[in-house]
Amino acid sequence: MTGLKKSFYIKARDFNRAGEASISVQNFLKSMNFDPKLIRRIAICGYEGEMNAVMHGGDASLSIEIDSDKLVLEISDDGKGIEDIELAMQAGYSTAADEHREMGFGAGMGLPNMKKNSDQIDVQSQKGQGTQVRMTFLINQGGQAT
Amino acid sequence: MKLSEIVDVLDASVLTGKNHLEKDIARCGASDLMSDILAGLSEGCILLTGLATVQVIRTAMVAGVGAVVFVRGKKPAPEVIDLAEAQGLPLISSRYSMFVSCGRLHAHNLTGLDGNR
Repeated sequence: MTGLKKSFYIKARDFNRAGEASISVQNFLKSMNFDPKLIRRIAICGYEGEMNAVMHGGDASLSIEIDSDKLVLEISDDGKGIEDIELAMQAGYSTAADEHREMGFGAGMGLPNMKKNSDQIDVQSQKGQGTQVRMTFLINQGGQAT
Repeated sequence: MKLSEIVDVLDASVLTGKNHLEKDIARCGASDLMSDILAGLSEGCILLTGLATVQVIRTAMVAGVGAVVFVRGKKPAPEVIDLAEAQGLPLISSRYSMFVSCGRLHAHNLTGLDGNR
């Protein structure tokens, strides 16, 4: 099975629906009988990325692409961008507002959590020009904790 | 420990999931920070939280949490309970504070997400 791709739209600041795309991906991967541990890692990365996009990102898209040896999860937004990516990857660094913290997010754990749960992460961003986060999950390592 | 025993220990009410009270729970995570639950070994655990938003349910679904306990008598909105019900995720509400709820469960041998107690 190669090149199968599904995309989902994420609406900026729609906190009520934030997470629906990741849960759709989770259900889709379950229906295809992927390893539950691999699905959990992908769902966690998707959800953290989706919350980031809803909080900071402007409108966004989330896609999952299935290849024979890997899955690629990509979250792309047209929001305010990240000024210092290295800083944003550090646990605890956050630019979130109080309204985000009240929902249990915005503690500076999103990107570090995505890095921890993916086999490879690539973050592209420029201030004012949106953010693209691309995460790769190797299928043959699906059962292993990372 | 069965979920039904947790309900007794916490003097709690079951908001949804009465059919899942035989579920076994060994580990407990207590946090209002959803990323902590997403980052931890939260599969099959019980999640104690003072937050009652839809994001708690989505976090539980994504992380594979076994059941959610709302402390300090909190109850989420009906549509949030409906979402959990549709997913078969038990929700319970305890009148005790986070501290007392954790203490009671710890005294009954539940461990943290990492297995320590």
